[in-house]
Amino acid sequence: MALLQNNFPTFLQGFGYTLLSSIIALIGSMILGTGFAIMQIVPQKWAQVIGNVYVQVFRNIPLLIITFFFFLVVSKYVKMSGFTSGTVALMLYTSAFIAETVRAGILAVDGGQMEGARANGLSFGQAMQYIILPQAFRIALPSLGNQFINLVKNSSILAFVGGLDLMYQGNMVAANTFDTFSTYIIVAIFYLILTLPLSYYIQHLERKLKRAL
Amino acid sequence: MVTLGIFSAFTPQNVLYLLGGLGITVGVSVISVILSLIFGSIVGIIQFERLPYFSTFVGTINNIIRNLPLLLIIFFVYFALPKIGIHLPIFWATVIAMSTFESAMLAEIVRGGLESVDNGQFEGARANGLSNMQTMVYIVLPQAYKKMIPPIISQLISLVKDTSLALGIVLSEMTYRGQIVYAQNSTYIVPVLIAITLVYFLLNYGLSLLAKWADHKLA
Repeated sequence: MALLQNNFPTFLQGFGYTLLSSIIALIGSMILGTGFAIMQIVPQKWAQVIGNVYVQVFRNIPLLIITFFFFLVVSKYVKMSGFTSGTVALMLYTSAFIAETVRAGILAVDGGQMEGARANGLSFGQAMQYIILPQAFRIALPSLGNQFINLVKNSSILAFVGGLDLMYQGNMVAANTFDTFSTYIIVAIFYLILTLPLSYYIQHLERKLKRAL
Repeated sequence: MVTLGIFSAFTPQNVLYLLGGLGITVGVSVISVILSLIFGSIVGIIQFERLPYFSTFVGTINNIIRNLPLLLIIFFVYFALPKIGIHLPIFWATVIAMSTFESAMLAEIVRGGLESVDNGQFEGARANGLSNMQTMVYIVLPQAYKKMIPPIISQLISLVKDTSLALGIVLSEMTYRGQIVYAQNSTYIVPVLIAITLVYFLLNYGLSLLAKWADHKLA
């Protein structure tokens, strides 16, 4: 307890950076992920190929490697801190998973919806935006929530590049106080504050969706 | 000069060193997969059976582990457990951390798979005189595993990727060895990162093709 009291500002700062990184990465990856999901579905072959390659590449390599790539290589040409390179890597990595989730959501929407919208004179883009995507997001909501939990957990990768997040601050406190046991328990509680309520909410959503079907 | 730099990173010595790291990456993955399949199935079945108190208790622990970053669990096992007298070598600390985390993830998949098996299967098996245990082992689990194979393979893919996190406790796996190699010369950074990326990609892409094939075959 004394450990928590003495280092509370440090933990809180780490919590703030973790939250900030997660929110930025979430917004970015939702936009990118939806974009790549649509690219995989449009009739144009070249767009499908680009969307597919992007998703396959980022889904199948470790987040840590992407982070190192930005931190060690890209930062030579574009100045960026550990926090920025970690967050950008997190965004690109998660967007591949979100693209898969959204794509599955779009495919789950009944085909008649698209045909009906097109028959009523909407363009492909309009039909996507007003008819398909709103339904797809509703279907994909539980999986998107799981991706967000993964994102929060994966943001601990920032600790490798001095990203000032919760894991990084936890390591600092552990190194200063030598009380690794209590420190990591406290860090765990801070992470659970973010992820656990979300996880229970998703389970509730899933049950609701199952009953609706 | 630039092209020379790209290939000079891959001296026979460095390549062998990196391949040794790949061996450790694969070793950690394989042992963790086996352990987490066993424990994940047990925990999943406990949650599915809805035993009073016990299932809720196990389910809560499972939820907590599932919602923590794997990196934190790795640090905890390696740096915090010695405080209470449990000293583990790096390799086994990684294996235990990964197995704990992946068991929790797999337990969810197993529970979901079991719940998707039709109730009539239980009733039919029980009516035919099979015990509860026999019903589980011979009737329900085989059907559930069929549905679980694709998500289990994607979990396997994340496991392979996540072994790179053991870098945090200096396990000598592929990503760590890559760092050692490009520490010799900064022009090695890009080629070594690309080579490692390629190896992870081929490994995991192969697994994802397997998942697709299994999905197709079993559907």
